[in-house]
Parts: sequence; structure tokens; C-alpha cells
Amino acid sequence: MFMIGIILNFFVGRVAYMLWKKVLLHKVETEVLLKMYKIVNQQKIGENLALLDVQAPQIAQKAKAGQFVIVRIAEKGERIPLTIADFDREKGTITLIFQEVGRTTQRMALLKTGDNILDLVGPLGEPTHLANFGTVVCIGGGVGIAPIYPIAKALKECGNKVISIIGARCQNLLFWEDKMRDVSDELFIATDDGSVGQKGFVTDVLKQLMADNKLDKVWAIGPMVMMKAVAQVTKPTQIDTIVSLNPIMVDGTGMCGACRVQVGDETKFACVDGPEFDGHLVDFDLAMRRLSYYKDEEKRALAQKECQGGGCGCH
Amino acid sequence: MSLKIPRNPMPAQDPGKRAKNFQEVALGYDENTAVLEAQRCLNCKKPLCMQGCPVEVDIPDFIIEVAKGDLKKAAEIIKGKNSLPAVCGRVCPQESQCEKFCILGKKHEPVAIGRLERFVADWEAKQEAEEVYPPEATGKKVAVVGAGPAGLTCAGDLAKLGHEVTVFEALHTPGGVLMYGIPEFRLPKDVVRREIEYIKKLGVKFENNSVIGKLFTVDELLEEGFNAVFVGTGAGLPYFMKIPGENLNGVYSANEFLTRTNLMCAYDFPNSCTPIKAGQKVAVIGAGNVAMDSARTALRLGAEESYIVYRRSESEMPARHEEIEHAEEEGVKFLLLTSPVEFKGNANGNLESMVCIRYELGEPDASGRRKPIAIPGSEFEMEIDNVVMAIGQGPNPLVPTSTPGLKLTKWGNIVADEETGQTAQDGVFAGGDIVTGAATVILAMGAGKKAAKAIHQYLAK
Repeated sequence: MFMIGIILNFFVGRVAYMLWKKVLLHKVETEVLLKMYKIVNQQKIGENLALLDVQAPQIAQKAKAGQFVIVRIAEKGERIPLTIADFDREKGTITLIFQEVGRTTQRMALLKTGDNILDLVGPLGEPTHLANFGTVVCIGGGVGIAPIYPIAKALKECGNKVISIIGARCQNLLFWEDKMRDVSDELFIATDDGSVGQKGFVTDVLKQLMADNKLDKVWAIGPMVMMKAVAQVTKPTQIDTIVSLNPIMVDGTGMCGACRVQVGDETKFACVDGPEFDGHLVDFDLAMRRLSYYKDEEKRALAQKECQGGGCGCH
Repeated sequence: MSLKIPRNPMPAQDPGKRAKNFQEVALGYDENTAVLEAQRCLNCKKPLCMQGCPVEVDIPDFIIEVAKGDLKKAAEIIKGKNSLPAVCGRVCPQESQCEKFCILGKKHEPVAIGRLERFVADWEAKQEAEEVYPPEATGKKVAVVGAGPAGLTCAGDLAKLGHEVTVFEALHTPGGVLMYGIPEFRLPKDVVRREIEYIKKLGVKFENNSVIGKLFTVDELLEEGFNAVFVGTGAGLPYFMKIPGENLNGVYSANEFLTRTNLMCAYDFPNSCTPIKAGQKVAVIGAGNVAMDSARTALRLGAEESYIVYRRSESEMPARHEEIEHAEEEGVKFLLLTSPVEFKGNANGNLESMVCIRYELGEPDASGRRKPIAIPGSEFEMEIDNVVMAIGQGPNPLVPTSTPGLKLTKWGNIVADEETGQTAQDGVFAGGDIVTGAATVILAMGAGKKAAKAIHQYLAK
């Protein structure tokens, strides 16, 4: 009985998925005429974590560490910012990594190799300011490991001694350990549950590093709470700390101001002035509150999975 | 004869009904009304109306054809000068342009030139599409940066002259402010799409999702083989007041509020994926056309009370009279001689109230308008769910800051010749809001048109 249930479930799910896919593909094919952003590689890299290598030769040509793109996957779809995790100028591809947290990212996770992304805009934002600073620490937390990678790589190429710390709640949420090791002089891993690396937070490792080394600069990218904690740890000794913010955006070109953040006395637009800012000056609490403004709407959107019509691409 | 016919009013949706829907407010003339209105034209020997038209439409010529009933000919005449007539017929401030100069207007009311233009453009859209034959190719390539009113006009005119034109647009769809800014109820997006289709038929290519300044620089476009570049990137950087609480959740720029609603279809959430919040009480700061659009949009999104908050008085409001009237009819409330000084929120950082101060008018200032002076001690607090800042916008910095050959004003606008659009850099022309600061659709179109002429001459060298 149990087996039949599983098989039945599998088939029903499969048929629904194929139907959904047919409609989506049809739409994408008819709508994208000139620019095609083809997915050449799709991978699951962790629990609710997906990686896409997307063909976008013009963007790949120009992309620099620290920049991001805006993605839209369906007519009536929303525009979401994603940091460029890697780029290959020769192959003409960029790498995007995302966590399935809302309706759009959940749908994006269903895209497969060979599918197209409807709209891809970039490279946006100011690139990371690169130089030989001496000894630098690159901290990536959770999905923030993706954007820290190209920064660590670029800093290494500039001659810095790169010490990296990557962390996540548990092993299933950790990825790119090998890639990070390749671009770092030293790599530390921290997980909340100790399932891999040191048990504890990235800040625990950072405190230890600060005690043992003279650190010249720190980059931290990850959840807002993590970046805030890192900035608090480095503040007393005034180690330059750069964080990369991921606020809500619409156009990503400075036009709407949805992404405004408070940095010291000034209001900045993360899309054109950032996304990197001085971690000691960012008002993280405000940034966190602004990120949660549409919480109720996000819940409503997720509840509406069985969509009854419209152009959102989910049917 | 013509003097006896009164100006024909524009049929419109009932205010009570329309304040709850996004359908177009002004319904347009029918053919009989249009012919009757056209018969009012005196066909002046020296038509002054044309002086008032930034794109130089042959106004009396097309009106004569409407009066005769030859709408096809009328459409041809308009399109000879104006690639976006259905847009202009709807959003141009005719009262301060063509209609302002109409001789009839001296003693009576001017001919409703804008309404006639719209009628002809809409009539033409319903006809079998005519084949457009592009002229002989000149072999010259022009890049147009920004697919808003200035860029579209420049692109259309250059294509008509046989140049190969590519328009680079940052957003996922062309149209600029016509798509993201002006609401559906004032300018249906199908009308904009139709006009863009026409420009495509002229042979213009569109590259969406292309942020010039990031993906390519203007200099790279010139190196890549474009013989000239027109920059029409608009006024895309919203101003805020720099007062406490401005970054609370619920305080929008007009650009964000309107872009979410228009371009991203947030009014259809959750069928569309972009959310928007318009609570029960919405205050729009400012009194220009964008402010009126925002206040009227708030009503349509379900706000029970929608306010225009403006620090000067009624007579200084910069919006078109027609827009103010429409807003009033729909129930928008006007809080004049008032301006916010602080926004207050709850523990979640969501806006709850705003503190305002009253103003009185003093002596005229540099703009010629009487200067508003704050009245000490007149502060009061009002509950509010959302605020929309519609106090203007600066030039978008992406092209100016990535093109070292350009000269900029102290505000960051591109310095360009008023007649030709020529910038400080050879082969680079600019026009529209990026040069003048935030203005109107038709002025941007006029600048695009002048630049197209100048670029044509430049390419002939």
C-alpha cells in the first residue's frame, strides 16, 4: 500500500511538473527572441541551494568581483538581485547561486540545464576595491560563500595573504570548500552544529585569528546578523571591514531607491553606491527591518502555489 | 461657422468608478465628435499652434484632413513628424503648448488639438497595418542609450533617414517613463507597446537588459563601430527630503511606487510576483504630475484616503490643471502649505505617522513663485500608512560618470547644446531629462528630434 502511494505520488508529481514545464518553456521560447540566457549547467549544491551556470557572454566579459545581476524568470515575474558567484570570460558564462527562500527562487530551482532565463541584467554595482592590503580575511556565511569566492580569488591575485572562513548552520548548507581552499592561503570552516569544521560561528574563528595575526582588512558576506556580528568583532581594533548588502531592489540601476541603506550619516543606494559598504558604519538593524517589509506578502505568494491563472509562470 | 461650435469635452469614466480601477480615464472622441472639433479650426495662414509644438507636427494640415474625414491622410501627416502620436495625444500639456497659441483661444476656447491627435492615432491603430518601407540604408550606425521618449523619438527619426539604429535599454522592456512611470489609467501600456512596434517596423533594433555604463561604456559603443551615440537616460535618481524617519518601511520614492505598480504589475499581486503596500492612508509629498499619478494610483490600490501634501499653495502646484482636476474628482485630498518634518514608525520599523509643519507664502523667490516660510509652532502629527516622495529627481549617474569626455553641470546633468544635443564629446549627443533635469515627455521628444537632425548632419560629414 505504502509503495503504491509513493509510485502514484511520483507519477502525479511528474505529470504536473511536465505540464508546468511545457507551458513555461513555451512562454520563454516565444518571448525571448534576441537575447538568450541559456542555462548550461544546473546543480543542487546543498539543502535548498542551487547553482546555475548561465550563458551571458557580454556580462561575463565585464563582470568583476563584488558585482551582481538582476534576474527575472517569467512575464509578471519579479526582479531579484543575485551576486555573481563566478564568471568565465572564455566560455562566456556567469555562475549564480541561490537559496530557495521565496516563490521566485523556488521556481528558479526548477529550471534545468538547457532552459533559458528570461531577463538577466548586469554587471551591476561597484566592483570590490582591490589592492594588496597585506593579510586579509574573507568570510562567507551560508549562501554568502558564493559572493565571497570571487572576492577572495581577486584579492589572492593581487598578492594578499588570504585567510578565509566559511560557515553555515550545518554541513548540508556548506558548499565550495574546495574552490575556497584553492584561492586561500588558509581556510577555516565553522558550523553551528559542528557537523563539519569547528563547532561555532565564523566570528569565533575570526576572534582567534585576530589574537594570532595582524589583520589588515576583512570582508564579510552572509546573513545580515552574521555581518553585523563580524563588524562588532572588528570594531574595537578598527580593522577595516567591508560587508556586501543584499537589500530589496527593483530596477538595480539607482532609479527607485528601494535599496536604500543607512551608512553613517548618509543614505546610500546599495545598487549604485554599493553593494559593498564599510561594515562599521552600516545600520544593520534598519537594513534587517527593511528586508522584512514584505514578509506577509511573501507568505501569501508562497501559499498561492496552486496558481489559478495569470502570467507569473507557475502554470 | 467654426466660432459657433463649442470645444467638445473629453468623455471620461465616472470618477467614483474609475478611482477603483486601472482602466483609462479619458475615453477619447468618437469620429463624429472628432470631425466636429476639427471643423472649429480656422486654418490660419500663419498657424501659431505649430510654434508651440516641440516636435513640429503640421497641426492645421492634419486637422483639415480630419474635418474632411480623411483619417488615413491625417495619420500620415502626424507620423511624418511624430513617431509617438498616441502617447502625445494623451500626456502632452497641450494647454501650455500648441493649444496655448491657438487663435481661437484668445476669445473662445482653443481647438482640442491633443484630443484630435489621440483620436487619429487610435483610429490608425485599429486599421490594417500598413507596410513600412525603410528608406535606402546610409550604412551609418547609431546607438541610442535609453528607450524613453527622447531615445524613441531620436531612434525613429534616424531610422526614417536610413541609419541603422540600435536602442540600448536598461530595463526588461522599452518605453522608459512611459512604461514604468505614467500609470495605465492615463497611458495604457498597450498604446506604448503599439508605438514601439511602429518604431521597430522602421528598422530600429532594441537591446533590452543593457545598462550602458556597466555592460558597455559610451566610448566602447563608439569603438565597436557606432558612428554616433545619443544619450537619453532620463532623470533616474529620486530625491528624498533628508528628514528623520525617511528610511522607514512604507516610505517610497514615487519612482519605486509607480514602477512596482506599472512596470511590475504589483496591482495584480499575487498573480504577478512583485508586491506593493498602499495602506488605508497614503500621503504623497509634492504636487507635480508624478505626485498626482501617485495619489491616484494609491486610491486604485485600495487606499481609503490619499493626500497631496505640498508646501506651497494651489496656484503654485506644478501639475497640469487637468491632472489636478482628475485627482480632485476622484477624491484625492489636498493638504497645502504643509510639509513633513519627520516620519515615525513602530518597533518593526514600519511607518505609523508623520509630523508636518504649516507654511505661509512670503516674497517671490528665484523661481518667481512666492517663497514658502515655515510657521513656528504649527507642527501637527497625522497617522499615515504610506508616504510617497514625489519631489523630483536628479540625473541617473551611470552614463555621466562612465564617460570621461562629457561635461557635466554641478547637478550631474550632461551639458549639451540646446539646438543640436551636441555634448562636449565628438559624436556623442544627449537630450531629455538627462540634460534638462526632470521635465515633460514632449520636451524630451523635442530634444530627441533635434538631436536626430544634428546626428544626421554629423554623419553626412
